[in-house]
Amino acid sequence: MTGASPRASPSPVAGLAQTAGHGASGHPPWASPAPGEVLLEARNIGKRFGGVQALKDVSLTIRHGEIYGLIGPNGAGKTTLFNVFTGLYPRDGGMVLFCGAPLNMASPHMVSAAGIARTFQNIRLFGNMTARENVMVGRHVRTHAGVIKAMLRTPGERAEEAAIRRRADELLHYVGIADRADDLARHLSYGDQRRLEIARALATEPKLLALDEPAAGMNATETAALRGLIEGVRNDGLTVLLIEHDVKLVMGLCDRVAVLDYGEKIAEDVPDVVRADPKVIEAYLGAGTG
Amino acid sequence: MSTTTRERIGLLLVALALIALPFVLAMAGTAWVRIANFAVLFVLLSLGLNIVVGFAGLLDLGYVAFYAVGAYAYALLASPHFGLHLPFWVILPIGASLACLAGVILGAPTLRLRGDYLAIVTLGFGEIVRIFMNNLSSPVNLTNGPKGINRIDPFQIGPLNFSASDTIGALVFSGPIKYYYFLLLVLLAVILVNRRLQDSRIGRAWVAIREDEIAAKSNGINTRNIKLLAFAMGASFGGIAGGMFAAIQGFVSPESFVLNESIMVLAMVVLGGMGNIWGVIAGAMLLSFVPELLRYTVEPAQRALFGKLLVDPEVLRMLVFGLALVLTMRFRPAGLWPETRHRRELDENRA
Repeated sequence: MTGASPRASPSPVAGLAQTAGHGASGHPPWASPAPGEVLLEARNIGKRFGGVQALKDVSLTIRHGEIYGLIGPNGAGKTTLFNVFTGLYPRDGGMVLFCGAPLNMASPHMVSAAGIARTFQNIRLFGNMTARENVMVGRHVRTHAGVIKAMLRTPGERAEEAAIRRRADELLHYVGIADRADDLARHLSYGDQRRLEIARALATEPKLLALDEPAAGMNATETAALRGLIEGVRNDGLTVLLIEHDVKLVMGLCDRVAVLDYGEKIAEDVPDVVRADPKVIEAYLGAGTG
Repeated sequence: MSTTTRERIGLLLVALALIALPFVLAMAGTAWVRIANFAVLFVLLSLGLNIVVGFAGLLDLGYVAFYAVGAYAYALLASPHFGLHLPFWVILPIGASLACLAGVILGAPTLRLRGDYLAIVTLGFGEIVRIFMNNLSSPVNLTNGPKGINRIDPFQIGPLNFSASDTIGALVFSGPIKYYYFLLLVLLAVILVNRRLQDSRIGRAWVAIREDEIAAKSNGINTRNIKLLAFAMGASFGGIAGGMFAAIQGFVSPESFVLNESIMVLAMVVLGGMGNIWGVIAGAMLLSFVPELLRYTVEPAQRALFGKLLVDPEVLRMLVFGLALVLTMRFRPAGLWPETRHRRELDENRA
């Protein structure tokens, strides 16, 4: 799996199809059973920081298999909502249903186990681990070997380790950085670090992949490649939640878009409708697109 | 694992050197064999602490507490103090388990702390354990207080007594030499376990927490349990080392488990290279042997040069030790032999 792979593979689906044969299951583990069904439903989410009401009664629904965009001006509460979804912040009110069941958000690792994976606005990789190891860490939540098995290096543990490693290599190939597998994460280029973060998130076998401003700081070419990657992930049956500043990217890529302003959802619809919404234009697009 | 012939020959030479070492040292005096034994004990301690500090990145300044728990467990279960004389292969696991428990007790309430704050709490814990040992002599005499516990049983395997000398052919196997071989076996086992842990799912989780705890959490690592595991594993190694310390020394008292010891072990880990097993071993060896070398060379050298003793070797020892630390931190901040995770990956590819 260390052979040179085309960077920013134009067809990540084909890329996965190639590698999936090596996997245990033979198909993407996140293949969604029923596209179109509600995957995540947030009801009346509230979050307050001291005197600041960061989120106020935010409700939204994300359906299986769609790319859902979350936009809004700076400080609108996008990342806060993200952190509430992924368990980093406790919410003050409301509830989140994931796959029809209330999401236990006591701790981020439980959210991860439930099937929500995320990336960070300011990339948070394990800098002194190799790219491959970063992705291998992502497999933690889906694997089981404990201390005793590791110390004895039982056949089961070895097989699991080999599978973890294989899957990590597949995912590195999938996001197009297989040739950097043995480099330390902090030595990767900015764009590759973004890709690595996505690969690590995919390793947790999520049903929902939540990306926090993945195109931030990317040039046009890198953004186009990223777009290809996100579309590929969706085509493989995964649902994507995307926070983005790049309105063009969001409007072109997303199936539906929600707009946050001052912690409140002011619109939620297909991009064309949202674009035409006077409230949205006033709050967010107005100044630029007049 | 594919090892080249050269590597194999190298390993064989190292093994032969380690086997021959005590007899060479014995020629210079049995004291040197004892020094080697204590060096190995410190290597064991450093490897244990390396799990907590090096892998998981949790700064622990009270590590000697687990050493103390292991040592006192051995002392109480194999001495006339309570009249108990259990065999060592029963006590060492007990000591390790007790130390492990102590690790969890320390770890559980401190899980939310990091860096300086964790260091302060662990420092306090180390002191608490020592003060307990010092004061648990009344109303029930548990630890015999500052006087410590004396006449601790040596290791005994059947007729083989580790405190007596045996002569096989021309070779004299003194007590310290027997302990040396036993320690060497334990050390090999601990190195093996450490390496396996490092390359495992758990080991990666430890390093992930060290690198970025929030990212680790968000990627499905139960940071609370995994950190507790680091404390527990590190403490168990400390407990085993403590048990052997008690047997070799034949005497334990709270004085052996002062803060300075914790700092010494931490210095070994940091100086050698946090996270790298071989670096940690090198650091522990260096900081164990060099002060002893100084002790035996400085005094005669001064007398020869100046005709009298100008600087006490003990003072000089701390001076050199401090200077070594300052220089290391200035010129090799990651340690003498830092962790190189990516190279290991390349090696695995070749295999």
